Amino acid sequence: MNRRKIIEEKIFRILSAIATYSLIATLAFIIILIFIKGFHALSWDMVLKAPKGGYYYGGEGGVLNAIVGSLYISIGATIIATIIGVPAALYINVYLSRRKRMQNFIRYILDALWGVPSIVYGAFGFTLMLFLGMNASLLAGIITVSFLIIPIVVRTFDEVLCNIPKGLHEATLALGSTRTEMAFKIIFKQGFPGFITALLLAFGRGIGDAASVLFTAGYTDLIPIHLDEPAATLPLAIFFQLSSPIPEVRERAFAAAAILTIIILVISLTARFLSKKYSISNLK
Amino acid sequence: MLFRRIIADRVSTTWMVISISTILVLPLVIGIGLYVKAYPLLELKPFGELIGSSTWLPHEQKFGFLPFILGSLYVTLIAFCLSAPVCLLAAIFITQFSSKRFIYFMHPVIDILAGLPSVIYGVWGIIVIVPFISDYLAPLFGIKSSGYTILAGGIVLAVMCIPYILNMLIEVFNTIPSGLKEASLSLGATFWETVKHVVIKKGFPGIISAFGLGIAKAFGETMAVMMVVGNMLQTKFDLFDAGYPLPALIANNYGEMLSIPMYDSALMFAALLLFGIILLINLVFRYFIYRTKKNE
Repeated sequence: MNRRKIIEEKIFRILSAIATYSLIATLAFIIILIFIKGFHALSWDMVLKAPKGGYYYGGEGGVLNAIVGSLYISIGATIIATIIGVPAALYINVYLSRRKRMQNFIRYILDALWGVPSIVYGAFGFTLMLFLGMNASLLAGIITVSFLIIPIVVRTFDEVLCNIPKGLHEATLALGSTRTEMAFKIIFKQGFPGFITALLLAFGRGIGDAASVLFTAGYTDLIPIHLDEPAATLPLAIFFQLSSPIPEVRERAFAAAAILTIIILVISLTARFLSKKYSISNLK
Repeated sequence: MLFRRIIADRVSTTWMVISISTILVLPLVIGIGLYVKAYPLLELKPFGELIGSSTWLPHEQKFGFLPFILGSLYVTLIAFCLSAPVCLLAAIFITQFSSKRFIYFMHPVIDILAGLPSVIYGVWGIIVIVPFISDYLAPLFGIKSSGYTILAGGIVLAVMCIPYILNMLIEVFNTIPSGLKEASLSLGATFWETVKHVVIKKGFPGIISAFGLGIAKAFGETMAVMMVVGNMLQTKFDLFDAGYPLPALIANNYGEMLSIPMYDSALMFAALLLFGIILLINLVFRYFIYRTKKNE
């Protein structure tokens, strides 16, 4: 009996260790593979030039249009999401701090919204675009992506804010501050690491998402200048180039994938570093 | 001075209320917007026929969504069967068996896995999974296959869902009071017995919810699946044959959407269907989670 117990324990310990280490291996495998495949075709031309004529048949050029388009869209969307999301998160934690049921209800809705797939946001953004009489453009892409990332901003920021000790709220109000002053001068400052994490998480999600901009941002070889021009995005550039039958173009898709992976890695590691750095001075 | 402070307070309060109400009506607006667009189709055909029929001939205005719904279900099912055991075991290992330092190391790994865009997973699927299936796995069973199959979609999807489910499972296991575990251990149970009889039993509602939300996530995933699944109409379940999930239908056909009558309506109906199913799954399992959190 005892022997069986020990053997069972051993087996499951090994199995669970295998499961965990295989995750690490999978991540390493994906990233190394993308880099190895991508660095073949990766050159300064890829990063610094927009596609020239005949690019999609193996001609000169790069994916600068897609890099710039992606950055514009995700920066724009992050700004909109901040303008709407940060006050919302502060409202939940400052004004509703005594109304637990309301708080939980809002979090419940936000979590459900977070789960809605990006293709649905894309389809909705398209509907909205037609309704407002817009064309596929940078602006439409920004609005659609901001819908997608607002729940992320609010919930991530909120997750940090709700751990701030209640004593701090009371102390601030007791000193005679208004609720706004409390929200922005005290609570926001305490939750600053969460704010950074939320922004970078949302930015990363925005830059990597393809399904939502597929309908709304369009695709072009030019670098967008105005808000009403269509814009290319990096994930779509990868997707379109990969479906080409020409090997050189496919190689470039791998290079573009490597660029995107680098961007995501940088964002992810920066988020970690910054949130650690800023949480040192926090009250516990 | 006081006046200015009060004005500032008013302004910012209004701003906050506006933004929170915008967010709260967003699901309603999405639902209504898609419904309005899908309405012409719903007027033409009853709901049951749209879902139950499997003839898809947009030019003749025959829209049967059954193949797409089944395609989504198959891919999701495979992804779930592959990822659920791995997630459960990994979550147990991370929360019960491993050291603090290892957990610190694991967090960024899970974060990066969760943060990689779906296109990257799609590229990985095309480079690795598709050739693997067509060159090794299918010949092993004596079948000829292009590799762009339901199985490939399921495998890529499984890898994508793992960090998502794993994160939730870790959260669930962390909420289990350590007193319970200590009591079990002090009665002479082994670590694994404690996990089996205490941790999993106590966390059961949470585990089910995490799996449920993982299924919802898999169901709506678009790009990665679309890149490897083959996108061919199919109703039967065959691992080594191509499929055509619902999100891929929407993403693939947006180009010709406006050139065929009723086609845009059909695609918006597909989006509405997807939205409805996923929102429902999310609401049900989130409710589950909130209930269990309240009981603590």
